[in-house]
Amino acid sequence: MPRTPIEIPESIEYLSVLDETGRLDRDLEPRLEEGLLLRLHRTMLLARRFDERLLSLQRQGRIGTFPPSSGQEAAHLGAAAALSPEDWMVPAFRELAAEIWRGRTLESVLLYNAGFNEGGHIPPERNDLPIAIPVGSQILHAAGIAWALRHRRTDRVAMVFFGDGATSQGDFHEGLNFAGVFSLPAIFVCQNNQWAISVPRARQTRSRTLAQKALAYGIHGIQVDGNDLLAVYAAAAEAVGRARAGGGPTLIECVTYRLAVHTTADDPRRYRTEEEVESWRRRDPLPRFQKYLADKGLLSEEGVRAAEEEVAREIQQAVERAEEAIKALGDPLDLFEHLWAEMPPTLREQREELIAALAARGGEETHG
Amino acid sequence: MAKLNLVQALNLALRQEMERDDRVIVLGEDVGRDGGVFRVTEGLIERFGEERVVDTPLAESAIVGTAIGMAVAGLRPVCEIQFDGFTYYGMHQIEAHATRLRWRSRGRFHVPLVVRAPYGGGVRALEHHSESREALWAHLPGLKTVIPSGPRNARALLLSAIRDPDPVLFFEPKALYRAFREEVPEEEETLPLGRSRIAREGGDLTLVAYGAMLRPTLEAAEELSRQRGAEAEVIDLLTISPLDDTLLVASARKTGRVAVVHEAPRSFGPGAEIVARLVEKAFYHLEAPVARVTGYDVIIPLFRREAYYLPDVPRIVQAARRLLEAP
Ligand SMILES: Cc1ncc(C[n+]2csc(CCOP(=O)(O)OP(=O)(O)O)c2C)c(N)n1
Ligand SMILES: [Mg+2]
Repeated sequence: MPRTPIEIPESIEYLSVLDETGRLDRDLEPRLEEGLLLRLHRTMLLARRFDERLLSLQRQGRIGTFPPSSGQEAAHLGAAAALSPEDWMVPAFRELAAEIWRGRTLESVLLYNAGFNEGGHIPPERNDLPIAIPVGSQILHAAGIAWALRHRRTDRVAMVFFGDGATSQGDFHEGLNFAGVFSLPAIFVCQNNQWAISVPRARQTRSRTLAQKALAYGIHGIQVDGNDLLAVYAAAAEAVGRARAGGGPTLIECVTYRLAVHTTADDPRRYRTEEEVESWRRRDPLPRFQKYLADKGLLSEEGVRAAEEEVAREIQQAVERAEEAIKALGDPLDLFEHLWAEMPPTLREQREELIAALAARGGEETHG
Repeated sequence: MAKLNLVQALNLALRQEMERDDRVIVLGEDVGRDGGVFRVTEGLIERFGEERVVDTPLAESAIVGTAIGMAVAGLRPVCEIQFDGFTYYGMHQIEAHATRLRWRSRGRFHVPLVVRAPYGGGVRALEHHSESREALWAHLPGLKTVIPSGPRNARALLLSAIRDPDPVLFFEPKALYRAFREEVPEEEETLPLGRSRIAREGGDLTLVAYGAMLRPTLEAAEELSRQRGAEAEVIDLLTISPLDDTLLVASARKTGRVAVVHEAPRSFGPGAEIVARLVEKAFYHLEAPVARVTGYDVIIPLFRREAYYLPDVPRIVQAARRLLEAP
């Protein structure tokens, strides 16, 4: 028998709507109403300034280690904005703007980063999972949630976030594979920020793109300019619409950049150059989106200033409220809570033991 | 002798063993250019090159699984898993293959593999970065689980682990990475795996500890001596599995009063095995129920409550007093 070619799709698309010089492709421009555009801007700005504030709080020792998200706001916010509140969002740990968009309060972020488990609480109106730190593990949960949503005959979808590093984990491949086999309403959003701590994207895969991994699983894949909020939104809206209509899953690779440290325990000077960071700073999604809004006549310089003041106030109030809230937290016995629906007897005994140990210390606070 | 902290001592062990044995390969996430997130592999890539110090893609199962293959084929891989919370992706490979290939092939193959990972709490870290789950690993036949308690023994044990013909899980107490320095001789020094040591001699009671818990346990022993003139013997396990019970059984026979200290959750923890050994081998010498001063059976809380979870000097002293006061 001769060797015969097998026809498989060989290309995927790259989508850019608003390039780094602010040039807009009007044919591709998603039609978003004014109010939505301004809310997106406000969320992006809030997330950026809050991220900066978190960094300074961490440097002052007021909160612990956290993963900054500056530079990646368009990639995750643009995607999350295509969801309706009834849809599900499954974050990794670098989706601050998306979490805020979905209703996470700044106080909850502050409490969590200040080392209080209370900050992990998800209120009932949010269909979101808490952050997942083991890289890639959450991808499977999104596939499972999507599965359940379809099984229950809803038209909702599940969207999951993860990084470029995560695409090396088996869980990523298994998640895409299950979603493809069962045609699940899932949207896999990869924030390719070029680095997994010190390991460059090229060390994760020999493939030219991450988006092309979709081809192997027979699902839709697209690569977008992840610093272009409009492009990310457009790609996500298309994927969400398709998933809702029963058209199956999509992998979206958002090409973006982590402008700050990996976490506050990291020193990027060990592995990347200032020139590289600078070149990406010029592609910063925030001023780019602001220029778009300005060109549309939706945002003046005055408007930006007002928005800056507003988010600064909101952040300040949140920090004060969180610090106030913290005074009432810290009950040591909380560490026994929320593990089981019903606390088993052994654990109740251990709880009593801690109470006694604390009492034996004269009730004084021994730990700060 | 140089005074080194734990990070430097581990680095010394890796460097010297890589110099001595060119089969040794270090692989893991961020171990090369970054020198490891705790800097344990600092400088190795400059010295030994990218073929022997490998920044891998982000996949713990692949790191461990390929290392098993390397080990079978004549190399001496030392994997770094960034935190013990991410070792589980590699656990399947260890349980299913690393611990079994010698057995399955009736001795034809063996797996001289080291998996290093930081473990334990006390550094204000994120979720999955503070757990103490050595019991999960200690339960696997065919795997050695080693936990040093200071720079000098860490260096000596890591050398032995790399030279060991069988797989070794090497848990590094991250709270100790930069906590203190010790004299560490430049010339080679090894310690046998599977052997505990007496960290402090005493005849009134026995305290068993390991890893980051050794220091508070020694402090508690000093406090007991000061407060009530009671001298505690402190046993430092160094290897959790296979457990060497000779010293702790001998000590229990001498003192009759024993407490085990670990930060792992209590139920089914290493302390449970130690109590069982004492019941089997020193039952008639025990004068009081064996005490366990441990983490609680919960997920270790985020860092603001972490100190309530971790055993500390007052909790150890309290338990010891109760032992001493038992009729
Ligand atoms: C399974 C697992 N291994 C290792 C880590 C430690 N770690 C945290 S983030 C990270 C890099 C992740 O890279 P990527 O997926 O690109 O996401 P990014 O951090 O760039 O957002 C690593 C290695 C982890 N959290 N989970
Ligand atoms: Mg990344």
